[in-house]
Amino acid sequence: MRISLLRPVEAVGQAVLSAVAAVGRAGQLGLGAVRALRKGSIWGPHLLPQMAKIGVDSVPIALFIALFTGVVLSLQASYTFTGAIPLYFVGTLVGKTMVLELGPVLTGLALSGRVGANIAAEIGTMRVTEQVDALETLAYDPNAYLVVPRVLAGALMFPMVVLLANGVGVLAGWATSLSLLDMSSQEFLKGLRLFFRSWDVWFSVIKSVSFGITVTSVGCFFGFGTTGGAEGVGRATTRSVVVSSMIILVLDAFWAAVLLK
Amino acid sequence: MSIRLIDVHKAFGEKQVLTGFSLDIEEGQTLSIIGGSGVGKSVALKHVVGLLEPDSGEVWVDGRNVSVLSQEELYELRRDVGYVFQFAALFDSMTVNDNVGMGLKRIPGWTPARISARVEECLHLVDLDGYGDRFPAELSGGQRKRAGLARAIATEPKYLLYDEPTTGLDPVTTAVIDQLIVRMRSELGVTGVVITHDMDSAFRISDRIAMLYDGRIRFEGTPDEVRGTQDRVVRGFIEGRPDLLEVAS
Ligand SMILES: Nc1ncnc2c1ncn2[C@@H]1O[C@H](COP(=O)(O)OP(=O)(O)O)[C@@H](O)[C@H]1O
Ligand SMILES: [Mg+2]
Repeated sequence: MRISLLRPVEAVGQAVLSAVAAVGRAGQLGLGAVRALRKGSIWGPHLLPQMAKIGVDSVPIALFIALFTGVVLSLQASYTFTGAIPLYFVGTLVGKTMVLELGPVLTGLALSGRVGANIAAEIGTMRVTEQVDALETLAYDPNAYLVVPRVLAGALMFPMVVLLANGVGVLAGWATSLSLLDMSSQEFLKGLRLFFRSWDVWFSVIKSVSFGITVTSVGCFFGFGTTGGAEGVGRATTRSVVVSSMIILVLDAFWAAVLLK
Repeated sequence: MSIRLIDVHKAFGEKQVLTGFSLDIEEGQTLSIIGGSGVGKSVALKHVVGLLEPDSGEVWVDGRNVSVLSQEELYELRRDVGYVFQFAALFDSMTVNDNVGMGLKRIPGWTPARISARVEECLHLVDLDGYGDRFPAELSGGQRKRAGLARAIATEPKYLLYDEPTTGLDPVTTAVIDQLIVRMRSELGVTGVVITHDMDSAFRISDRIAMLYDGRIRFEGTPDEVRGTQDRVVRGFIEGRPDLLEVAS
């Protein structure tokens, strides 16, 4: 009787404790990574390869998503306006939505699958096969060797990929409005310029830097926390994607509330 | 200088693995740790280089208390300690050459030419000539193990920790590795700790043998003392007689 009454309380207590412990470990990892920034001789040689792997290799998927997003945005805008609003606002809507929201967020979510899962699986495998321990015994700080180059590459390359995606999305919207909506280039460009502010691009960059740091560091976090062989690696990978997607959406709302007023 | 573990306790969650583990390894000697699977031999060894921290107790290596060292001091200490992992733990994104050279790259003054000469030398010592350009996935289990050994000895450490260096190897390769361990000690004065299940090996290579049982050292002595002991647990283990082990404790 007493036990069954207490069980939910215990369960909640356990969950709170393990959440606190996880936050503690995340803080430790963050601190370790910041301290490891000094060890340029360890992470330096790995920065460029990681930038290629995280950034350049992500371009195709990001552009694929942006292309179709641009097409849909332009069609939906014209459908919504149905003559009540001048058609050149299609350009406004495509540009604003792509740069402020869908470019960074859709790219971020896609890359949390591609990049974050990859990092979690790679580091998780290294953890369970004792390669992380081996780094330690050979006097390589794993934070410097594994975390720093990945997080730096994420912070530097996500904005590049997102800017490319923004551009392709707008171009796709433009092409769609010319070919399917009977708009002229002048109209589309007029709408695009109408409310454009260069601040929008900075906003996009700030967001994508934060998404890049999120995706890579969450991948590292779950990778290092891996226990229990191949199954554990699978678990770490899934968790990393779920958690970084959630953080991306929360950050998205946060930046909108803080920076768009 | 030597390796000393004093009253080390270590638990993972509810599971008590080490409960008052104490052991002294004298400088220049080779000590073998024997004991059943899962009793905590690897866990004990990881404490020596600070891969695990004791819940209580102390670990001293080379006159330094491992658990109070700063991160930098710990990496400094690890340069003097080679670690052979039970399952080799080779970096699978790198060739054997790069694996073996990893530790050397961290030492100032080692040019790429000098590193590759030393790497070749180490691969020769473990009988892996010509395998340097392969990736770990292209090696057999025994070859991986020997590559791991080559990586550990490359920096000529003062201490070498071997976690089951010969388990799963054929008798000839086992003899080669045993000879290598003996040479490390006699020619380079290396202090060694060897985890092994192979009693023949243990008798061949060890100055002293210690048996880990129930979280602590049950028995420690020279190979002759081990052969002559009346301790039921030790005899049960080395003679492969579970009946002796059961009535013990
Ligand atoms: N990092 C760890 N987390 C949880 N349990 C562990 C960990 N490392 C070892 N153990 C447990 O400690 C016990 C001893 O393991 P180990 O030292 O590897 O045994 P062995 O004597 O065969 O080398 C085992 O039950 C193992 O499951
Ligand atoms: Mg073991």
